[in-house]
Amino acid sequence: MFKDATLGQFYPADSILHRLDPRVKLLGCLVYIIMLFSFKGLPGFILVTAFLVLIIVLCKVPFSFMVKGIRGIMILIIIAAVFNIFFTPGDVIWQWKAIKITDTGLRNAVLMTIRMFYLIVGTSIMTLTTTPNQLTDGMEKQFAPLEKINVPVHDVAMMMSIALRFIPILTEETNKIMNAQKSRGADFETGNVFQRAKAMVPILVPLFVNAFRRANDLALAMEARCYAGGVGRTKMHPLKYQTRDFIAYIILFAFLVGVFVLKHFFKYMILGM
Amino acid sequence: MQNMKNIIKAEKILYEYFRRDEEGNVESINTALDHIDFSVNEGQFVGIAGHNGSGKSTLAKHINALIVPEEGTVEVCGMDTKDEENQLEIRRNAGMIFQNPDNQIISSIVEEDVGFGPENLGVPSEEIIERVERALKAVDMWKYKDASPNRLSGGQKQRVAIAGVIAMNPKCIIFDESTAMLDPEGRADVLSVAHWLNKEKGVTILWITHYMEELVNADFIYVMNEGKVAATGTPREIFSDVETVHECHLALPQITELAYRLHEDGLDIPLGILSEDELEEALCHLS
Repeated sequence: MFKDATLGQFYPADSILHRLDPRVKLLGCLVYIIMLFSFKGLPGFILVTAFLVLIIVLCKVPFSFMVKGIRGIMILIIIAAVFNIFFTPGDVIWQWKAIKITDTGLRNAVLMTIRMFYLIVGTSIMTLTTTPNQLTDGMEKQFAPLEKINVPVHDVAMMMSIALRFIPILTEETNKIMNAQKSRGADFETGNVFQRAKAMVPILVPLFVNAFRRANDLALAMEARCYAGGVGRTKMHPLKYQTRDFIAYIILFAFLVGVFVLKHFFKYMILGM
Repeated sequence: MQNMKNIIKAEKILYEYFRRDEEGNVESINTALDHIDFSVNEGQFVGIAGHNGSGKSTLAKHINALIVPEEGTVEVCGMDTKDEENQLEIRRNAGMIFQNPDNQIISSIVEEDVGFGPENLGVPSEEIIERVERALKAVDMWKYKDASPNRLSGGQKQRVAIAGVIAMNPKCIIFDESTAMLDPEGRADVLSVAHWLNKEKGVTILWITHYMEELVNADFIYVMNEGKVAATGTPREIFSDVETVHECHLALPQITELAYRLHEDGLDIPLGILSEDELEEALCHLS
């Protein structure tokens, strides 16, 4: 059912990106998204592409593995592209009755497709090179100052790591329930959308009941192991910055500055991207 | 000095579950524990046997201070469970292993899960790493330290859970039907780890189960039925009292049952046979 979802999966390998502090990668992800949506002109595009190629090479994850994650989201990209092509006002370059294609529309569609593609590949590299626990640890540490204004950072991080732990368990359980219902004659494959949605009810009800039961058990088990919130907790592997992390920060910053400088200088460049 | 010896001491504990209707009126009361007296000496391997709904799990949760009695007192290592200030210390001293292996593992990596308890206690990082290594080696799971719990078998997951408790350095470990969901191999594994901890590390073990054969090597057994203690004694004493065991809807170990039936048929075999060897000897002496 969820076989193709590489988004949010960890790919074990020994690369410099795997060893980077998760905080660097989190911030890197943010910087990358900013770069991606603010570059203008061909030079900016080349710079962002260079950045993406750099991390793809550094992360040692097979490229085919990354692209697998895109398959699921392809339909979304196509829909967005179609809307952009046909529904953007501008100079008409092709028309057939009410349907027309404009130059801005075409340009937007191409740009948007590239951005979506880059966005997914870039962010999936972060999750592919970071274990879920490092990720939540990184978030907890990064957002720790927010605790002062009563944002429950630790609790949210804890919830996220537990959710990640239970995804495979609940997936397996869903399959089990589906098979159990199928063996009793339930039909999930035929009928229209509404009939199929209705057929999901006998799966969801037991799934939710079990999930609540599990949550209750887990809460007891956590309490039995002296869990009492984030106060006074220590970490087995506390996050500590290494030299490589600072170097990575500098590189990131350099790319960010580069994109903005290029954006400023090539404002009226050809292509008008 | 009395308290030093009794690591767990419960006196006249009463606990009831209320079933309420939609308006919140009490529809029925289910007395899970009916004025139970219970004590465990330090270093013992004590078994609690009972069928489903006999109140044995409720009793286990009392010892870990997960629930407190309505009446009576529970003392663990000399600390009253009713006092909230004691609860963390009680839970550190009395670890608990639950039934479902999946629902008690918190982290997606074995090593980090074992570290969860010490992390909660505020143990310094270097010591946590040390403790985790020791605990995982004790249950023979060190080679799986970087694995995901999802890839382990039920028995292995339960061993990880035990390591998680060992890492908190408890004086006592409660196994609340920890073998109920395991295959025979996993069950034997977990039981042998418990015995090893008891013998080699001097950890007091409280083993809760409805399989009587797991209690053959226990020091002392409590048999529970309908929220009351139906019988107490050494395994031999309990297994000799076949009527009571059957009244409590429990099955004797096969070998004990066989000896009992032979005895009923008029053979001169003592009751309370615990092993094949004993039965063999008894049969040889028949002539």
